[in-house]
Amino acid sequence: MSLATTRSTAEIRARNKELIEEVLKVYPEKTAKRRAKHLNVHQAGKADCGVKSNIKSIPGVMTIRGCAYAGSKGVVWGPIKDMVHISHGPVGCGQYSWGSRRNYYVGTTGIDSFVTLQFTSDFQEKDIVFGGDKKLVKVLDEIHELFPLNNGITIQSECPIGLIGDDIEAVSRAKSKEYGGKTIVPVRCEGFRGVSQSLGHHIANDAVRDWIFDHIEPDGKPKFEPTPYDVAIIGDYNIGGDAWSSRILLEEMGLRVIAQWSGDGSLAELEATPKAKLNILHCYRSMNYISRHMEEKFGIPWCEYNFFGPSKIAESLRRIAGYFDDKIKEGAERVIEKYRPLVDAVIAKYRPRLEGKSVMLYVGGLRPRHVIGAYEDLGMDVIGTGYEFGHNDDYQRTAQHYVKDSTLIYDDVNGYEFERFVEKLQPDLVGSGIKEKYVFQKMGVPFRQMHSWDYSGPYHGYDGFAIFARDMDMAINSPVWKKTKAPWKKAPIAKLQAAE
Amino acid sequence: MAQSAEHVLDHVELFRGQEYQQMLEKKKIFENARDPAEVERIKEWTKTAEYREKNFAREALTVNPAKACQPLGAVFASVGFERTLPFVHGSQGCVAYYRSHLSRHFKEPSSCVSSSMTEDAAVFGGLNNMTDGLANSYNMYKPKMIAVSTTCMAEVIGDDLNAFIKTSKEKGSVPADFDVPFAHTPAFVGSHVTGYDNALKGILEHFWDGKAGTAPKLKRKPNGAINIIGGFDGYTVGNLREIKRILELMGIQHTVLADNSEVFDTPTDGEFRMYDGGTPLEDAASAIHAKATISMQQWCTEKTLTFVAEHGHDVLSFNYPVGLSATDDFVVALSRISGKEIPEQLERERGRLVDAIADSSAHVHGKKFAIYGDPDLCYGLAAFLLELGAEPTHVLCTNGNKAWQEKMQALFASSPFGQGCQAYPGRDLWHMRSLLFTEPVDFLIGNTYGKYLERDTGTPLIRIGFPIFDRHHHHRSPVWGYQGGLNVLVKILDKIFDEIDKNTNVLGKTDYSFDIIR
Repeated sequence: MSLATTRSTAEIRARNKELIEEVLKVYPEKTAKRRAKHLNVHQAGKADCGVKSNIKSIPGVMTIRGCAYAGSKGVVWGPIKDMVHISHGPVGCGQYSWGSRRNYYVGTTGIDSFVTLQFTSDFQEKDIVFGGDKKLVKVLDEIHELFPLNNGITIQSECPIGLIGDDIEAVSRAKSKEYGGKTIVPVRCEGFRGVSQSLGHHIANDAVRDWIFDHIEPDGKPKFEPTPYDVAIIGDYNIGGDAWSSRILLEEMGLRVIAQWSGDGSLAELEATPKAKLNILHCYRSMNYISRHMEEKFGIPWCEYNFFGPSKIAESLRRIAGYFDDKIKEGAERVIEKYRPLVDAVIAKYRPRLEGKSVMLYVGGLRPRHVIGAYEDLGMDVIGTGYEFGHNDDYQRTAQHYVKDSTLIYDDVNGYEFERFVEKLQPDLVGSGIKEKYVFQKMGVPFRQMHSWDYSGPYHGYDGFAIFARDMDMAINSPVWKKTKAPWKKAPIAKLQAAE
Repeated sequence: MAQSAEHVLDHVELFRGQEYQQMLEKKKIFENARDPAEVERIKEWTKTAEYREKNFAREALTVNPAKACQPLGAVFASVGFERTLPFVHGSQGCVAYYRSHLSRHFKEPSSCVSSSMTEDAAVFGGLNNMTDGLANSYNMYKPKMIAVSTTCMAEVIGDDLNAFIKTSKEKGSVPADFDVPFAHTPAFVGSHVTGYDNALKGILEHFWDGKAGTAPKLKRKPNGAINIIGGFDGYTVGNLREIKRILELMGIQHTVLADNSEVFDTPTDGEFRMYDGGTPLEDAASAIHAKATISMQQWCTEKTLTFVAEHGHDVLSFNYPVGLSATDDFVVALSRISGKEIPEQLERERGRLVDAIADSSAHVHGKKFAIYGDPDLCYGLAAFLLELGAEPTHVLCTNGNKAWQEKMQALFASSPFGQGCQAYPGRDLWHMRSLLFTEPVDFLIGNTYGKYLERDTGTPLIRIGFPIFDRHHHHRSPVWGYQGGLNVLVKILDKIFDEIDKNTNVLGKTDYSFDIIR
């Protein structure tokens, strides 16, 4: 198929523009006007993608977005393994987010690690009517008694908490004092705050600042001997082990990783981070706030990196090494060389099977841009992309460093728009989430979940690239896609030709 | 380096390599990890009777509950009607969660919209969200009906669905005669089974009782038909199809209400069917004329059945009928109500289930089981186990109440195999963990989350329940009807035989019992 390669960019641009116009026709006038600002065709040389972002979703359109609680509990805090994270409020939020994000960790679950447990205050009507603070006090006491090896507790607010006027901050302070200074972090991540997961990330970052950093002595003696090569991985949630296949490269080049935020992370690592010489930031969207704070308060520089696909990995290793001496710079080159045979073999095996295939993406924080290089390393073409909860700085990075001219851009896309776009552009692969997976597979379009790696992974680092390549190949080249039409049915007319 | 292009290692094997193991070992110095001896001591302590006592003394904390919240059940029921779009009024994140949850279980799309309320709506109410939302949904997704339910946010601020929908219609969001049934489904009351009940009642009320004052109430003209309500059920696809097959075999005129067996099982043939199957809206309305309404799950339909009974139906409820006696009771009731004979084919199917039980019961007899899940599922599985001569030692139900407990205990009392069995309402899977350590059983029956209990306690897990995320396609096969009973029996037997094999496969040590015939 790969229409993108068979036409001029001018033709593609015209077709994509037309497609946006066509999609907008379904809406009532007011909605069409609002949605029009979120859809565009990228023009090379522009500073951003020309779409509005981080704006409220429109009611009733089937947005794919989640909420602030998802951004705080589900993304930032949940993976911290030695703390208990309470889903504070009714039972559902914690239930639906229980263990589904695949934040890998090593620990004795239920004893000294708690990531895949669902702790909830399970609010009942009386807690709503009379307030939930008393219940929270008891919840904290019961955690303290039954899970004595927890190193701290966070309180992840669900919608009702902020509506009924509970004072979870006062409860946290009082209980922390009672337990001899134990870290207890109240997080105001009620689901109705903000427009998506994004505000939840920000609130969670601020809670680290206010309830962890402000309670440690930055000049205090660290628990380990510092070295000039200490770095922290920020914004890697260790999905399927991503942070591990990243950490190994950093250590091989001579750096020492003193903290992982937050996949397989611990409270001690958060507390030690102000000792880092450099914060390296993978998911800019969810953790730029705390990185900026550490820069201002502790003078720690930060740099963004991208560990998807060999081109971006090499570029990133060199960029990170640029903050250090020749020893590390040589280390980076050594690592790149070490993995070159693996990279060459992976590309030799998979590129011929994937060359020229087209991809449409729609994901969260960093992936709508970060994975483009990995696809291109395999000879594939990303013809459409968009962010669930990106801001303009994400679209700037996308425009300046990643997408090609005439790429279709869709911000906060909804079910209807995404289906129409895919139906018309007929990509060889769609990369998005669980809610989209089966829709597109029904349409006969190969699909990979790009939040959970479709239960595979890791995808970060050189080891991860091999898995990424294997998975994209098995999705696109699965024999099943040739069998979606019964043999006694007439061959379908390609929908795109029919439409044009 | 362990990774290679020829044999790509993913997370299952990759991190076991020496390089990664050394890396993870070095990471520990930054983690301020606990002393391994202390971890071991606490781990052992959590297995004790002392810990169990403290664990069962919990009054506020819930750990690993086996229940979800009301709107999930509302969405599940709503998609069981023809071209119906569930519309959940409140925060949007909730809808993302319900859709993901259902998709992960059924491996199917799950369509549902939200009114995307945010801070301003929390202050001023969500009327504008409802008005805009209904108009957008109606235009974009061309539903025949929009079924409204609520998240806890909308409930806490007290939004009035009836008034909001009326106002929205006046503002032209949807045509005045367009069907918009509604149900308040606060997450802080009951569980997903309550939400199923509320949503279904809301829809029936809409069609039968004058569409929120916009149409005349229907007058019941009793006919011979029977309505069937499945309740919230992870096996809805297989089960409702099986029930319909039985009704057709018996020649009974029927309506399955909230029939979502098609929408959660659409083909992959190049077309995405956002809506598929479902109870036709005319049938939902004319269901008022039925002679009787049968609920397959009492605790999913308490309000709905009361409502139906008030309209003059004979009502009858079962508790997730699994196995021989429960299916007997079901088909006998169908025959009694409809006056139709039980056909020979069903009798033969029954005989085959008896045959299978007779062939295999020696392997199940006397085995102890722990079960957890929704109230009716727990009852149905426990009853089947008793029938097999097994002992449902611990039956735990997070969303069960006192009435459920009494009914369970009465069931135990009715069988010699039920002596010493105990029902635990309102408890969670961390309680179950204590039970499995202090009073071990041979097998555990539950949903996917039971795998954590299997890991911790070594009790083999038989996956029956909702959600099942980590095994595929079982929801397509029934667990109801004689055929369904056979499926459950086979599931249990397979696990029993696998365990015997696993325990007897050490070469030269235990493999004298590694029999090829069992």
